[in-house]
Amino acid sequence: MTARLTARDITLRYGDRVVSTRLSLDVPDGAFTAVVGPNACGKSTLLRALVRLLRPDAGQVRFDDREVGGYPAKALAKQLGFLPQDPLAPDDIKVRQLVGRGRFPHQSLLAMWSRDDEEAVTEAMAAAGVEDLGDRPVQELSGGQRQRVWMAMVLAQRTPYLLLDEPTSFLDITHQYQLLGLLARLRDEGRTVIAVLHDINQACRFADHLVAMKDGRVVAEGDPADIVDAALIKDVFDLPSVIVPDPVTGTPMVVPTLQGE
Amino acid sequence: MTVTEPRERKELPRLRVERRTVVLTVVLLALLLGLALLGLCYGASWSTPGEVLAVLTGAEHSVVILDWRLPRVLAALVFGAALGVAGALFQNLTRNPMGSPDVIGLDAGAYTGALVALTVLSGTSAQLAVGSVAGGLLVAAAIYLLSFDRGFSGLRLVVIGIAVNAMVTAVNSWIVLRAELEVAIAAVGWSAGSLNGVGWADLWIPFTVIAVLLTLMATRAHAMHQASLGDAIAVATGVGLDRLRLLMVLVGVGCTATVTAVAGPIAFIALAAPQIGRRLAGAAGVPLLPAALTGAVLLQGADLLAQMLLAPVALPVGVVSTAIGGCYLIWLLTKEVGRA
Repeated sequence: MTARLTARDITLRYGDRVVSTRLSLDVPDGAFTAVVGPNACGKSTLLRALVRLLRPDAGQVRFDDREVGGYPAKALAKQLGFLPQDPLAPDDIKVRQLVGRGRFPHQSLLAMWSRDDEEAVTEAMAAAGVEDLGDRPVQELSGGQRQRVWMAMVLAQRTPYLLLDEPTSFLDITHQYQLLGLLARLRDEGRTVIAVLHDINQACRFADHLVAMKDGRVVAEGDPADIVDAALIKDVFDLPSVIVPDPVTGTPMVVPTLQGE
Repeated sequence: MTVTEPRERKELPRLRVERRTVVLTVVLLALLLGLALLGLCYGASWSTPGEVLAVLTGAEHSVVILDWRLPRVLAALVFGAALGVAGALFQNLTRNPMGSPDVIGLDAGAYTGALVALTVLSGTSAQLAVGSVAGGLLVAAAIYLLSFDRGFSGLRLVVIGIAVNAMVTAVNSWIVLRAELEVAIAAVGWSAGSLNGVGWADLWIPFTVIAVLLTLMATRAHAMHQASLGDAIAVATGVGLDRLRLLMVLVGVGCTATVTAVAGPIAFIALAAPQIGRRLAGAAGVPLLPAALTGAVLLQGADLLAQMLLAPVALPVGVVSTAIGGCYLIWLLTKEVGRA
């Protein structure tokens, strides 16, 4: 397993609050990595550090042989695409315009809008299922539609790496599975995907590599089939469960044993 | 989806511009030229447009039109554009339609700097310019530090800026009260923001400075719009956010202070022009070009009104812009408070 994107012994904090200490992670190339863990365990913070939104206090995040902070801004943006949880849509922006903003790293003062840009936008909108929304103002869309528009924007960036912070939030169950299927397809085409996911069963079904986090640490990582068992779920989520094979794919499926009353 | 980028040669670059923006630009330019022509015609004695055109093309000569009215009209247009852009920059930075230099005290701070140059130093135009820029930057730094509390909030900055504006305005009154009578009279006439008596000699430096600042900002406008998607997307798509923000502050303060050094603190153009321009253009975010054009139209229109209302006495243009802009600010405040 090779990894171009790596975190080595990084310490991450917001102000005085230390989120992670000496955290290390290799993001396997060409694989779909899912990061799971309870709320506030540092999943999003880790992702933000990987895309140089948060500078580690100690340790290094590297892409190839260089620290991510050492790249020219646009050069790294052509490699790593990132979907945060809280993007802002400017007032009155139309869907197609917003998706077009994903082309920013490929543009310069002298080459503002090319045919590549046009193609990338059309393709990304089709892939994210928002091709019919092109002329709609983003602020009029539902939460799920908006989420897919942002996904299209990141796809339009055409980066070999996709880092996605809860890309399935706001989506109904059908769109959740469509999006995960899309991510698996992108992986099959050679891209590297790393996504924070809430649903452990979706993570087990779609991801090649599972990273389970708790209290800012990586508790376990590896092929879901190898690492997911009742003990891990109890440890990470503090949830009693039984693990059964997913009737569709045979991957591990967590069935909590908690019941009403 | 394809994995790699097509490696074919890129087509010639072309700008993708909304048609409505183009139409608006043309309409605003026409309006701007019309108002400018009116400004050249209007005065103690009315000149016909034909006379004005003859003078402009060099067929005739008129000191009144060339040396009195033309600099004033050009000053209104250029300063209006500079104020409009400054407003758009700060509204982008704060992500708030109320976050404009005049509301958060940058005009007042620049005016303080100019007053200090006037009362303590000898008040040459270079001293006024440097004093204004220094005053504006100091206030900007103070507001930023006061409003920075584990992260940056546009609304907090605006609220603190309004308070700072009140304090700095009080300081300005104090300076004027303590100044010698002659200086005080000059300062008060100028305190509302006025283009009365502006001549060519006052304009070369500010025009050059504004041209440089606006050109610089125009090259980074694309990045500014990208930054309106939030810090995370901006950084992830390759915007150098720290440098961009610094440039936006410097250009915004530079434009405001340059105008203030010559014409005093002309309020509300920076507040209103970006939002009016944005709504007219139907554009996403707060774009610079509509803000600049609207600012030029507003200031030239306000200056014409200021000359006509109590003719033959010319009011300071700031009185007119404040009267109009004040109503707009009240409307905006009620809307913003309703949203919060």
